[in-house]
Amino acid sequence: MIRVRNLVKTFGDVVAVNSISFEVPQGEIFAFLGPNGAGKTTTIKMLTTLLRPTSGDVEIDGLDPQHQQHEVRRRFGIVFQDPSLDADLTAEENMELHGILYHVPHRLRIERTEQLLKAFELWERRKEPVKRFSGGMKRRLEIARGLLHTPKILFLDEPTLGLDPQSRNQMWTHVKRLNETEGVTVFLTTHYMDEADRVAQRIAIIDHGRIVAQGSPGELKEQTKSDSLEQAFLALTGSSIRDESAGSLDQMRQFVKGWRR
Amino acid sequence: MGAIYILWLRELRRYVRSRAQILASLGQPLLYLIALGFGLGPVFQSSGNGSYLQFLAPGVIGMGVLFTSIFSGMGLLWDRQFGFLKETMVAPVPRLSIVVGKTLGGVTIALMQGTLIVVVCLVVGFRPTHWTSVPTAFGYMALIALVFAGLGTAIGSKLQDFQAFQLIMNFLVLPIFFLSGALFPLDHLPKFMGVITDVDPLAYGIDGLRGSLIGRTHFGLLTDMAVLCTVAVVFLSVGSYFFSQIEV
Repeated sequence: MIRVRNLVKTFGDVVAVNSISFEVPQGEIFAFLGPNGAGKTTTIKMLTTLLRPTSGDVEIDGLDPQHQQHEVRRRFGIVFQDPSLDADLTAEENMELHGILYHVPHRLRIERTEQLLKAFELWERRKEPVKRFSGGMKRRLEIARGLLHTPKILFLDEPTLGLDPQSRNQMWTHVKRLNETEGVTVFLTTHYMDEADRVAQRIAIIDHGRIVAQGSPGELKEQTKSDSLEQAFLALTGSSIRDESAGSLDQMRQFVKGWRR
Repeated sequence: MGAIYILWLRELRRYVRSRAQILASLGQPLLYLIALGFGLGPVFQSSGNGSYLQFLAPGVIGMGVLFTSIFSGMGLLWDRQFGFLKETMVAPVPRLSIVVGKTLGGVTIALMQGTLIVVVCLVVGFRPTHWTSVPTAFGYMALIALVFAGLGTAIGSKLQDFQAFQLIMNFLVLPIFFLSGALFPLDHLPKFMGVITDVDPLAYGIDGLRGSLIGRTHFGLLTDMAVLCTVAVVFLSVGSYFFSQIEV
């Protein structure tokens, strides 16, 4: 379970996340949507112990990520926006490394590696270095790896970015199945509204650091009188392009970071 | 313990698998030994310094250990660029065990590389004066590796991209090598050169290697060991501290 109350993160004068609150019950698939620079990744970083909130409360499975860092880390798996595999190691070795870092007992690790690599259709290629894998295979391996230590929560930060429709489709099928069989909570961000519509039970839309709407895909469509989630999203966040403001926000972050060193 | 072991093993696996790279990395020492060893040999000999190949070999071994260990530490830069760093940053293990495992891995592969270069030296014609002191030479190789794995980690933790890499190479790594006395004796140097070589940690490493392999030292073996140990502690502490401060 994830519980967030009045969460705030500022970088200098820039308010990246502005007092957001939400709850994700155990076993739910929750989509966190928003335009570029809306505060999605900053929020995920605060939930996953990588960034300290300026103020507000975060609870991951009843624990505080700031003070019980390692305990919290054992309870979630994460697939980052960009790859985080060691491409020179084989699929199996990447799993081994993860299992040992997460203190998974040896026997269990072997069993679960086999089970997950089979589930994600990677078992036949387990002895191959990851650098020979396609984009879709790498993503699948990252998710399999994230689930190795049987986390209660899986964070997926734009997991389908750059994948073809076939791989995307296959990936969500796997994620949905794991959500059902293992009861793992899924917290995902994506830019593909059709994906969120298809897999998520509930959605929160964040813009300019604030949550502008929350509810089931149906409720959001109803609320905005839209036919599709995409239209609902545009109705809620406006249709102007955010790249520029996102860029300056990023620059600001870099600038602040630079001064803190 | 598990984290230390698996990150050590990772360094080893990556090293052993890069066969082409290992072979390539032996080319440079071989070139130094042949071009300089035999090319400058006669001049060196006629000035009353004995065999240049004998003198040069410990320097070339030190060079191999320096490059392997410092680049292993700076491998963090690659881990950051290719994303693997994040995997270790969110793992439920202390950062210190990650950096210890990585450093021990770097030291191990530097020793393996050093051993290969010792073999190359023997093939070219180098002979240690006392075979019994070869284990001592490995001790000095390990100390050199610790010092520069620590320095590499410190640099790798601070650098954000590859652009600074060339800068580090030309203004740090190469000067450390060329001003260490790997290629020339440290006696009778001009004053400013003497000052520079005195603060170059590699100078003590090469001196230790030379002392144990051919019985010729400038600072004395004990001084070499004391300096290397001290610098290793400092660099490894700074490296671990910088590593603990990394944000992803």
